[in-house]
Amino acid sequence: MRDFALLRTTTFRVALLYLGLFLASVLVILGMIYWFTAGFIERQTDETIAAEIAGLREQYRQRRLPGLVEVVNARSATPRTSTLYLVTTPTYTPLAGNLSAWPDAQPDPEGWITFEIEDAPVNNDGSRHDARAVVFTLPGGYHLLVGRDTRERQQFQERVLNALAWALLLTVGLGAAGGVLISRNVMHRIDAINRTTRQIMSGALQERMTVQGNGDELDQLAANLNAMLDQIEHLMVGMRQVSDSVAHDLRTPLTRLRSRLEITLVEAGTEDEYRAAIQDAIGEADRLLGIFSALLSIAEAEAGTLQRSFQQVPLADLARQMADLYEPAAEEAGLGFESDIRAEPIVLGNQQLLAQAIANLLDNALKYAPEGGRVTLTVTGIGEGRGPCVSIADSGPGIPAEQRESVLRRFVRLESSRSSPGNGLGLSLVDAVARLHGARLEMDDNHPGLIVAIVFPRITPG
Amino acid sequence: MSGGFQGPSGGPSGDRMPGNRGAGDREGDPPGDRPFFGYDGGMKILVIEDDAQAAAYMVKGLKESGHVVDHASDGKDGLFMAGSEAYDVLIVDRMLPGRDGLSVVEILRGAGTETPVLFLSALGSVDDRVRGLRAGGDDYLTKPYAFSELLARVEALGRRKSAAAATTTKLQVGDLEMDLLSRKVKRGAKQIDLLPREFRLLEYLMRHAGNVVTRTMLLESVWDYHFDPQTNVIDVHVARLRQKIDRDFPTPMIHTVRGAGYCLRA
Repeated sequence: MRDFALLRTTTFRVALLYLGLFLASVLVILGMIYWFTAGFIERQTDETIAAEIAGLREQYRQRRLPGLVEVVNARSATPRTSTLYLVTTPTYTPLAGNLSAWPDAQPDPEGWITFEIEDAPVNNDGSRHDARAVVFTLPGGYHLLVGRDTRERQQFQERVLNALAWALLLTVGLGAAGGVLISRNVMHRIDAINRTTRQIMSGALQERMTVQGNGDELDQLAANLNAMLDQIEHLMVGMRQVSDSVAHDLRTPLTRLRSRLEITLVEAGTEDEYRAAIQDAIGEADRLLGIFSALLSIAEAEAGTLQRSFQQVPLADLARQMADLYEPAAEEAGLGFESDIRAEPIVLGNQQLLAQAIANLLDNALKYAPEGGRVTLTVTGIGEGRGPCVSIADSGPGIPAEQRESVLRRFVRLESSRSSPGNGLGLSLVDAVARLHGARLEMDDNHPGLIVAIVFPRITPG
Repeated sequence: MSGGFQGPSGGPSGDRMPGNRGAGDREGDPPGDRPFFGYDGGMKILVIEDDAQAAAYMVKGLKESGHVVDHASDGKDGLFMAGSEAYDVLIVDRMLPGRDGLSVVEILRGAGTETPVLFLSALGSVDDRVRGLRAGGDDYLTKPYAFSELLARVEALGRRKSAAAATTTKLQVGDLEMDLLSRKVKRGAKQIDLLPREFRLLEYLMRHAGNVVTRTMLLESVWDYHFDPQTNVIDVHVARLRQKIDRDFPTPMIHTVRGAGYCLRA
């Protein structure tokens, strides 16, 4: 069953296709090798014969038949020559040469014949000597044959063909084996991913894909899937946390509201008392609505769908506007307000949400900085390994390093700030907005006080 | 977003609630800022809202504030009524049975109706707001809202319609004068120097003289941001402006309307 599955996989098909293409190229290369080796020797044979003929033709022109016979005899006497000569009378009686009889073969239009040498010694392997020659009919009906024994050439060609055939066989074998191996390897890793996915679907939510660390496509796929799962888990944890917090943080004021109205109904007598109770109730309801709208804003930022409508936001202009908005309030609270715009970076984002994030940070700074303190709004551009950054520093009590992570969670308020107004959602929203923009929220000690920085990614919006 | 709907018996003076408005504030308005009202009595308002209770509450409040109010409970009826009668302002819920509020307004705009539209919606996200304004809405209010906020915005919309007709280069409320070209402000004979943001703030207050403007309306129109600042940032701006406008004069012009916002009156 498994092997059929292997045949169905895309990887295997791709491997097969590559093998086919590879084979075709190898065939072309082998053909060229054959052409340049065996073909070359064959052509060389023909050229040698042509050269012999040219020499003999010269002899014949100068000294006629006797000269030709003499030269043929002389050349035939050369020991171990592989050139064949034969001169015969018009009735094919041999006159000179190293062949015993005129071969019985039909010449082609250009005079070439291929024949078997009958009186040659039999080869070791029992095969016969083949030869290739050109025949001429001389004036007077005499016949001339010039040729070459092709045994060695044929042996060489056979050897080359043999070698090429083996090379081809090896190519097919190795290629197929390699294809199957690669395919199996990839299959195995995809199988692993599928297995993990099924485990996660069946409830093992903490499972993650194994990442081999070589950075190939499958590794990237696994890493991306892991990142996606982390994001989902983060959202799920957030949801659970919110529903827990909603239960607590909304139920408490709702209960308070309800009991206050109930008491009023039972106790209050005068119209003024009713009026005061109703005013209180409206105030309480407004606080609840504020919590709702903050939660919705956070949810909107966390959903990430706003990224589609991102625009280029001039961060420095935004900061100037927020400084313009908050400076009088800071002065009124007896705080020094300074805006320090050092660069004019452009970031991709949603201006309204960024403004709200900066406003939340300024609200906090104004709330916690003691009278006579300072609030500083700083904008810096790209540099020193970090992207554009907007930061807000105050001279308040700050947040202890070990609690900086937790204040980002919804409804979390420090023990020391319980008495001041607020719903514990301000920094959660800032954090959500930062993450929506791919930015990092950094908190630092301002000695004394807190610096909160939104550090944007380094990519410059195109 | 505090404040709300108090009974007709009226709260502390200066409180602007449905009920005490027609009797109190209006008659107290000096004739000097009449030209800024696009309407002589109340406005004619159409409320397209499917929630019967919310609609009844809104209609009651608007009527008690001196306006004539019609109500349609679905998009189809609303479209018909808006198309067949002349209204000063339409209040349209985004989610309606039959035909949703966005398409109602799109059709009206397509037919050339220019009546100002205030969208009401439980969808408060940035995207939804943009979509509503793009469909032809003039303002957008997220549910739940304080009635004082709704009233202030509806009256501002009625005002916008009439103000758009006249291209003024000068604004005048009582003895307060603003020259929009030379960017100079005078009260009586005294020249008043304003920062750019104070100028924009005063311009908005003067254009809506006699009407309540809420803090969120100021943040939206002067700074172009749509959120509720937690601290009193807007109040401080108005207080500074008030210092410059009212300090040396016997009668104050910028009034705080408790639970709602501010009102510039001569």
